[in-house]
Amino acid sequence: MKNLTRQSILIPFLILILAGPAQPVLAAGNLLIKNATILPVSGPPLSGGDVLVVDGIIKQIGRNLSAPPGTRIIEASGRYLIPGIIDTHTHLALSGTNEGTEAITPEVNMAEVINADDPAIFTALTGGVTTVHTMHGSANVIGGVNVVLKMKWGQPSEKLVVREAYPTLKFALGENVKQSNRTLLPGRPQRYPATRMGANAIIRRELLRARDYMAEWERYEKLKNSKNAPPGLLPPKKDLRLETLADLLRGKLYARCHAYVATEMVEFLNLAREFGFKVAALEHAWEAYKITDELLAAGVGISVFIDSWAYKMEAAEGIAYNAAYCSRRGVLVSINSDSSERVRRLFSEAGKAVKYGLTPDEALKMITINAARQLGLDHLVGSIEVGKQADLALFNEHPMSAYARCDLTIIEGEVYFDRDRLLREREAAAAPKGGN
Amino acid sequence: MPARKLTNPGKFLLSLLFIISATSLTEPVPAAGLEKNTGEGSNLLAIVNARIIPVVGQEIPSGAILVENGKIKALGSNLEIPAGARIIEARGLTAYPGMIDGYSSLGLVEISGVSATVDNRETGRINPQVKAIEALKYDSMHIPIARSNGIVAAVVSPSGGLIAGQSALVKLDGWTNREMVIKESLALVVELPGLRGGRRGFMGMGGQQAAVSTDRALAELKELFKRARMYQIRREQAAKNLLLPRPDFDETSHCLLPVVRGELPVIFAVHADRDILQTIKFIEEEKIRAIFYQVEQGYKVAAEIKKAGLPCIIGSLYDQPPVWEDGYDSLFLNPVLLNKAGVKIAFSSSSSSAAKDLPYHAARAAAFGLDRLEALKAVTIYPAEIFGVDKLMGSLEPGKLANIVLADGDLLELGTRIERVFIEGREVDLNNRYLELLEKFRKREKEK
Repeated sequence: MKNLTRQSILIPFLILILAGPAQPVLAAGNLLIKNATILPVSGPPLSGGDVLVVDGIIKQIGRNLSAPPGTRIIEASGRYLIPGIIDTHTHLALSGTNEGTEAITPEVNMAEVINADDPAIFTALTGGVTTVHTMHGSANVIGGVNVVLKMKWGQPSEKLVVREAYPTLKFALGENVKQSNRTLLPGRPQRYPATRMGANAIIRRELLRARDYMAEWERYEKLKNSKNAPPGLLPPKKDLRLETLADLLRGKLYARCHAYVATEMVEFLNLAREFGFKVAALEHAWEAYKITDELLAAGVGISVFIDSWAYKMEAAEGIAYNAAYCSRRGVLVSINSDSSERVRRLFSEAGKAVKYGLTPDEALKMITINAARQLGLDHLVGSIEVGKQADLALFNEHPMSAYARCDLTIIEGEVYFDRDRLLREREAAAAPKGGN
Repeated sequence: MPARKLTNPGKFLLSLLFIISATSLTEPVPAAGLEKNTGEGSNLLAIVNARIIPVVGQEIPSGAILVENGKIKALGSNLEIPAGARIIEARGLTAYPGMIDGYSSLGLVEISGVSATVDNRETGRINPQVKAIEALKYDSMHIPIARSNGIVAAVVSPSGGLIAGQSALVKLDGWTNREMVIKESLALVVELPGLRGGRRGFMGMGGQQAAVSTDRALAELKELFKRARMYQIRREQAAKNLLLPRPDFDETSHCLLPVVRGELPVIFAVHADRDILQTIKFIEEEKIRAIFYQVEQGYKVAAEIKKAGLPCIIGSLYDQPPVWEDGYDSLFLNPVLLNKAGVKIAFSSSSSSAAKDLPYHAARAAAFGLDRLEALKAVTIYPAEIFGVDKLMGSLEPGKLANIVLADGDLLELGTRIERVFIEGREVDLNNRYLELLEKFRKREKEK
């Protein structure tokens, strides 16, 4: 939603100095975390548990583990260790969110505008978030290709990208693409589409074009490879916009569609069936509780807010029971932040689902393993299991408690946020200086 | 609302006496609220076998609360329950005083993006004449949701400009806006410039400097207050001396008179440490009553705030630190350090659609070091004290209004469900928009 266009160089630099350690506290990704209450998500909790990390990978989980000499030991008694939190819908660490001049812009790619200096990366770490799906905005019916990042604060852009994740393409429906909450400048025409009818029609139009485009290329390839290839055969014109859509139709890209009301979700699922493309998740999906049967039939999950609602007309029936009810009905649900502020309290957002019908363990899944599944990363992250990447967060209380605070965030065995250390540094900075 | 049956003239006199005494203690207390009986024909209500956290006074592991005519008559572990009392079994539940939201836009903002449903922001910069109570949508969908989270009263505030208007203190129950009134004019809301110009300032965007500095804003207020005082003198003189014409009606001055007389407090939304210090000086010079709101850098000048005796309403903690140099957790530490310095604090939702989250702001501060009982006080007795209604509400004590919440766990905890809510002794409906829609669409599942 944010539009980060200008970026001062000085401020992120200041933050590097002031907000916390920019470089990992200890490199190499070897750690032994001792005596924590481990909430592995994939199995029952383990109290007084240890986790041994070697080369960024979880090597052993159990009690009374020992580590090779030189391994950093983190004493965690009385604290809760969870898998690093995964936020399936953000716009952070991007220098540009919406290519909003046209309704159809699948040629743009968020991986090309990663801003590794965005302080929101550090903000995310302070809430135990280790991985985010950072997306094109919702100004366009078909936006751009999204990217998944790890919150390795202080590392260059290319080190943040998680290449194993599903490649996804952003779609958006409803009020944002209709531009219904926008005041038109005088003399400026309303952009097409201005209705939900138009939004669907334009998707169909573009996908039909993409089909023709693919057919043209097929014809060309067939001719080119035929025994009697005509002399002077010219390839069709390359169209980057249609190339991306063709990848969607070929199953190489997954759709992630911003949608609020039941009708637009049902119709998007119909389009997916009509054109045979894959949908990784519906975003926001405020009225998903009305169409759980359709979601289950399509096998499509949702990435939602827990209770941020009533900020526009299409969010006026967004009930806080949505996530819990859909989960109970068997829909794959993740809770997202969509915000560089909410990202640091995503655990509390998930915790609210306990009031609306989930157990704390189920609620925790919505920001860990469920999110990993929606991103196609559940074989790597999302739970504390031997062989998975050591993305971990340590809390003072059960993270689904209102009294929870994140104290430590680890990515691939390296500490990226350490509250205790930050407090010590603050104390040292505040202490009266001797000498002179 | 059904008229109260006068079955017991003695009790009626007693409650009348209470109304009179309550009224003299504070501003208008609605007789209507006190007239509500327990709904079951008996004006005696006994909540039994509850764990009781009265907030003021010792916790009672298992006890009863006796309510008569909307007020708490007694509470304790060995209470004799009079015959004829309506019994509310509360085994396994904890009784708390209902929470008070220190600042909200409840009833003023329904769907923030749809201007037809937004009534908290008047045009222009100087609006002391607008009153939140006069626009309050008593049947807002957000009110029953807040109530279902244990909130029984809220400050409802206008917003925007330098003088935003007059806020009200309301209870979250009533068939009209007027039935909800606790104080129809609680305070004048003044919004001083922030540390950053909107959301863009934070993200390393270079920020947009606020159009007016706090120095200039306070100087402007000083002029307005002076004008109001002169206006009053000229009107008084004219009233005494037939030779003097009455001054032209001046709406702004007219509406500022209760402030300059020290009758109506000012809620100052103030942010940076140096602006807080300037505002303290202004308040002392002008001899006005004041409450601080937001005070993100209050912890840096906590001793001065304490010395000035100014209470602080903490803004929403769903926000970023105002400046990065303060540290990622400065917003969370602010209430902790203000409380430690002895400043009276109250939490607020600063919202309508997220008003229900009031307890979670308090818990967040507790996560960063605020004593848990202090956190609870800062959503109950402290706001009651700050708004001058602590004789009426904010704790479970004999003589206070029976604003009681029965919860299945810690009141501030995310997973806690609020089972029953009593406002002035009357059990309120905990149905809400969430549940209505859930039930409606659950039918589809059941049909199969």
